[in-house]
Amino acid sequence: MFGATGHSERSRLAFGVCPNIRRLIGYRVDLYEYQARDIFESHGVPVLAGIVADTPEEVEAAARQLGGVVVVKAQVKTGGRGKAGGVKVAKTPEEAKAAAEAIFGLDIKGHVVKRVMVAAGANIVEEYYFSVLLDRANRSYLAMCSYEGGMEIEQLAEERPEALARVEVDPATGLDLAKALEIVKQASFPEELHDKVAPVLVKLYDVYTGEDATLVEVNPLVKTAEGDIIALDGKISLDENADFRQEGHGALVDQEAENPLEAKAKALDLNYVKLDGQVGVIGNGAGLVMSTLDVVAYAGEQFGGVKPANFLDIGGGASAEVMANGLSVILGDDDVKSVFVNVFGGITACDAVANGIVQALEMLGDSATKPLVVRLDGNNVEEGRAILSEANHPLVTVVGTMDEAAAKAAELAA
Amino acid sequence: MSIFINKDSKVIVQGITGGEGTKHTARMLAAGTQIVGGVNARKAGTTVQHKDASGSDVELPVFGSVAEAMAETGADVSVVFVPPAFAKDAVIEAVDAEIGLLVVITEGIPVQDSAEFWAHAKAKGTTRIIGPNCPGIITPGEALAGITPANITGKGPIGLVSKSGTLTYQMMYELGDIGFSTAIGIGGDPVIGTTHIDALEAFENDPETKAIVMIGEIGGDAEERAAEYIKANVTKPVVGYVAGFTAPEGKTMGHAGAIVSGSAGTAEAKKEALEAAGVKVGKTPSETALLMREIVKGF
Repeated sequence: MFGATGHSERSRLAFGVCPNIRRLIGYRVDLYEYQARDIFESHGVPVLAGIVADTPEEVEAAARQLGGVVVVKAQVKTGGRGKAGGVKVAKTPEEAKAAAEAIFGLDIKGHVVKRVMVAAGANIVEEYYFSVLLDRANRSYLAMCSYEGGMEIEQLAEERPEALARVEVDPATGLDLAKALEIVKQASFPEELHDKVAPVLVKLYDVYTGEDATLVEVNPLVKTAEGDIIALDGKISLDENADFRQEGHGALVDQEAENPLEAKAKALDLNYVKLDGQVGVIGNGAGLVMSTLDVVAYAGEQFGGVKPANFLDIGGGASAEVMANGLSVILGDDDVKSVFVNVFGGITACDAVANGIVQALEMLGDSATKPLVVRLDGNNVEEGRAILSEANHPLVTVVGTMDEAAAKAAELAA
Repeated sequence: MSIFINKDSKVIVQGITGGEGTKHTARMLAAGTQIVGGVNARKAGTTVQHKDASGSDVELPVFGSVAEAMAETGADVSVVFVPPAFAKDAVIEAVDAEIGLLVVITEGIPVQDSAEFWAHAKAKGTTRIIGPNCPGIITPGEALAGITPANITGKGPIGLVSKSGTLTYQMMYELGDIGFSTAIGIGGDPVIGTTHIDALEAFENDPETKAIVMIGEIGGDAEERAAEYIKANVTKPVVGYVAGFTAPEGKTMGHAGAIVSGSAGTAEAKKEALEAAGVKVGKTPSETALLMREIVKGF
């Protein structure tokens, strides 16, 4: 058989389906297949020739350049693209163009195809699986490998766990050739393949460490009729915390795919995630903000199912400027009907936070149009509340507890 | 009694001359902590000026290495405030010097660096690490190693372990009139040193701790494993709270993570696991505090 048709269903291990609260997911950036392919190539992992294209004409030209049979593959950060018609084999450049016309604009689980990769065809005789990832529970790395392709890896893990080798990789010593041989043996590769596959695993580990990844997954890793081992489809998740030493990574972020409010927040250096409710939420500390989302959702049940509109953590500092930036992002969200500012005054005490809110409202002037429910607790709480009551801003209601404030904000948004 | 840190702990600060290090050294001293010096290789031989809890001037020596600081001062605890790019080296240096307790406050450390220093510390076996990306640990009235506000509450019978900083403060505030034996923020990074289970075990063995609050968040399966541990090993009452019931779908490393951990990592899954272990789980921080009040009433 040719190309990667039908394999992409199995390749959905890496990607969640919605925007995430970054802290909880280890600050990752997921890459497109073509980006992973390029990174693999730069680390010496064998891959097929592939050319990115944004129009059917570019696809046709790419197919001509590659020659022979090609596979046109939708570039989307979700699984199931094969089933959705996002992967097509083409024997001629004209066929490739026609395939591209069918693929561009496809909606695959909410991801509209705007870019494809035209990959050289390959005569595949066997398919394997390999991944290396961060193993939170064991505070270590885990390599997973299977000699068996052709079925969904989660299904394999569940139904025939013995067919999926799991080998711990010590972060201090890494995955060298000896470790790679241990992995392929445990994954029941026949002996004649050991020396062919193991060096590829070492190179994939080089991708993992060299790029500060939290996941490198190849599904499938294939053997061609010529006996070559090739990474046919790959997923990479990168650790954003390492951006300071990974100069090229900033360019890999998919600006266009981001929600405009999220992009604005990012430009202001705010930790913001857009959700689909009506109560804007600002708080300090990821845990407290998450808790605030929950409390708002519970309170919203009394008011026709009002929900939180966003996650926004302004951190410990909560200066007037950060508060103003946060409010401007939230007030720019048309879905927002009320705003809940939930701050615990720790190191930055409540009076400083209250001053921040008052100044932020001054800075925003007439652009602040939605009611604000403010709950302050913690250090200097009395002073903080006094500052807000003295300012007596018509949009601001100060409420004593988190639960009551959530109820008030939900009521105002209903 | 308390866990991991007390009034006799001798604390050094790695990164004592930096902005955060300076600010929090002052706060830790004001909280009564015995800070005995700091480390910055480029400023070795100098001193920094601070005031202690009684307002008297103190002059703290800056050493070139953790080993030297320990040899000179008898320090047994170090708090790390160095920037992310240098945190791994700072941690490995402290582990090699065999410091007993190492509290890593630094936020934004690449996870592979944390995995490496954890592997190193585990192999060495002489250092307890708390964090990274955490508020640290406080034994109210005795010592603070970290950035937790020391004036929220005083001594008492409750032990607290939490992934989240501000939720730790919130819970200490809600139960401020009762007080805490020790409160630990273990951090929410994917790779951390001290876990919920480590803290639960220590609280179980601490005679001063009568009841335990455990705060979790979505992601990973630490809470599920803690629940199993509680069921088998903890005799003291435990109250729990999990944040993130309404957080959007999409978990750590998607399905590969689920294959590895066997858990979806959702708040609901964590709540169920905790309740199955006999832990009373509150829907909100306030409700959780009320559950603890009910328990404390019985003492």
